[in-house]
Amino acid sequence: MTGGATGGIRFDQVSVAYGGNTVLDRLDLTVEPGEVMALLGPSGSGKTTALRAVAGFVQPASGRVYLGDRDVTGLPPHKRGIGMVVQQYALFPHMRVHDNVAFGLKARKAAKAEIPERVAEALELVGMAAYAERYPRELSGGQQQRVAIARALAIRPGVLLLDEPLSALDARLRSGMLAELARLHRELPDVSILYVTHDQVEALTLADRIAVMDKARLQDCGTPQELYRRPRTEFTASFVGNANLLPVTVADGADTVDFAGRALDVPTGEAAGGATATLCVRPHLVGLGDGPNALSGTIAEVQWRGSTHRLYVDVDGHRVKADLRELRETPALGDTVTLHFAAEDAVLLPAGTAPGTGGGAHA
Amino acid sequence: MLVHSRTGKWAAWAVFFVLFVPLFAVPLLVILAASFTTNWSGAFPSGPTTEHYAAATGGDSLQALTTSLITAVSASLLALTVGSWAALAATSLRRRGRRFLDALFMLPVAVPSVVVGLAVLVAFSKPPMLLNGTRWIVILAHTILVTAFAYSSVSAAIVRLDPMYEQAAASLGARPSYVLWRIKLPLLLPALTAAAGLCFALSMGELSATMMLYPPDWTPLPVQIFAATDRGSLFTGAAVAVVLMGTTLLVLLGVARIRTRASYR
Ligand SMILES: Nc1ncnc2c1ncn2[C@@H]1O[C@H](COP(=O)(O)OP(=O)(O)OP(=O)(O)O)[C@@H](O)[C@H]1O
Ligand SMILES: [Mg+2]
Repeated sequence: MTGGATGGIRFDQVSVAYGGNTVLDRLDLTVEPGEVMALLGPSGSGKTTALRAVAGFVQPASGRVYLGDRDVTGLPPHKRGIGMVVQQYALFPHMRVHDNVAFGLKARKAAKAEIPERVAEALELVGMAAYAERYPRELSGGQQQRVAIARALAIRPGVLLLDEPLSALDARLRSGMLAELARLHRELPDVSILYVTHDQVEALTLADRIAVMDKARLQDCGTPQELYRRPRTEFTASFVGNANLLPVTVADGADTVDFAGRALDVPTGEAAGGATATLCVRPHLVGLGDGPNALSGTIAEVQWRGSTHRLYVDVDGHRVKADLRELRETPALGDTVTLHFAAEDAVLLPAGTAPGTGGGAHA
Repeated sequence: MLVHSRTGKWAAWAVFFVLFVPLFAVPLLVILAASFTTNWSGAFPSGPTTEHYAAATGGDSLQALTTSLITAVSASLLALTVGSWAALAATSLRRRGRRFLDALFMLPVAVPSVVVGLAVLVAFSKPPMLLNGTRWIVILAHTILVTAFAYSSVSAAIVRLDPMYEQAAASLGARPSYVLWRIKLPLLLPALTAAAGLCFALSMGELSATMMLYPPDWTPLPVQIFAATDRGSLFTGAAVAVVLMGTTLLVLLGVARIRTRASYR
């Protein structure tokens, strides 16, 4: 490997500030060799900044960045040996596709005889071999995207940084590229990938682990299943999977909470009686009609989404979201309906586990 | 043209002709007509001839044309090198330093060129920097006068250059010098050629500073034109002027061709 960097990225208490404004606050995160880590968070949460700290385009105010076991904090970008793909692709407009892909190899003085072969190999990997003679402006967005990935991979980096690589593509192309990125990672099992996105579907699909960021801080980190099924904070619960968050009080009895005067059966775990907590239920796990943990309220909004209906129901002033299989008869606004959910589908979170619960806007 | 209604379009064209024809076209056409004339005492020229061109393309005038071309090419290449280098260096300065550099390079434009000529004359007339009486003092003065234009057009282009290309190149392992040669300069090529054309045209037409400096064996075309008209040979002067215009235009067209090849979008 000429990439120089062996797999793996480690942030050690990395802080970045722009003119006194901290945009990355003591980030501690390790990406294992060969792992895909998604950095997920709302706009402005510091994801790109974290990535730029790895690439060397911003200097941390404090903390160290390691690639493998090499401390690269003070190293200029061109000595780090990473591959990077940014949102706008940044293909060099004055070079043909093959020259773009060869750029890194030439810059690193790879053996001349080896270059055409490695360029062909990288283009083959992303299915763009037929376009080698074109200029970037002659390619579609998705094709440019592939070339950008090929260019980053041609230098055989140990670490690949992807900053919202799919955000410029339309929805169909995006899901196609997502599958392709997954395939790419299977073919290059040694490459660590740090994948910045604000799209939870991309993160859930692609990542081995997800790091959730908000307000310059790492909020949570775990496998997609952990974060989705057992979120640890309100922020994670609402940002990943857009959960219902209901304020409850833990009752003294076993596995019961009090929600606006109703007793609900949910596993309370260690929570002490009388403590306030947040009940987290995924919208698609909420059912319509009577059942265990029934909540009745009035319909505030109905959205038809093709295969599902999304109901917004006001239950004593709390808005509860439910995703239901397409309904034959849609309830009208103002109708009184009953919702229910199974005890094992609910997670109890300690109250106030995140500075903000604004993530619910991402419906 | 950003005007969509029909009458609006006509009005725009009318205004264009009313302004353009008398201001730009007529004087140039008059020169062209004069250059083919032996006598212009009435409203229209008379006695068509190509004799002036024989004078304008041979002997002293030919010498002057070569002198002008060499001066303009050297001055604009020098100006382009110095100006681009300064503009590239300015990007790594803090704001205060950049402002200082901007002001420094604007100085020769703000100061009348006669003053620049005088300054160069005074500064380089004594040893150890004795350039007076050589061609170098003319080239130097021209360089000083046109570097400002090279600097400002290249730095305007650098500001517009998206840093993501540079960063992509660096992340691929390219040293800063490699990034400069392979990425930045090629992407700046349209601006560089535009600046070169501008510098060349300005230098070809420079008279006031040149008048104070030129040695007898280094007479550029504008001086030749001035001398001819001063002697009273208006029509010969006109023919030389047409040669000057023609040559400059030809070179600018050549530069523009390079430019269209170098623009990527
Ligand atoms: N060069 C800069 N100078 C000053 N502030 C900056 C700079 N770059 C980023 N910021 C600020 O840092 C914060 C984090 O920015 P960053 O680009 O890391 O966000 P992000 O999580 O990538 O957001 P997005 O999803 O919108 O790309 C933002 O508040 C932004 O305004
Ligand atoms: Mg970003």
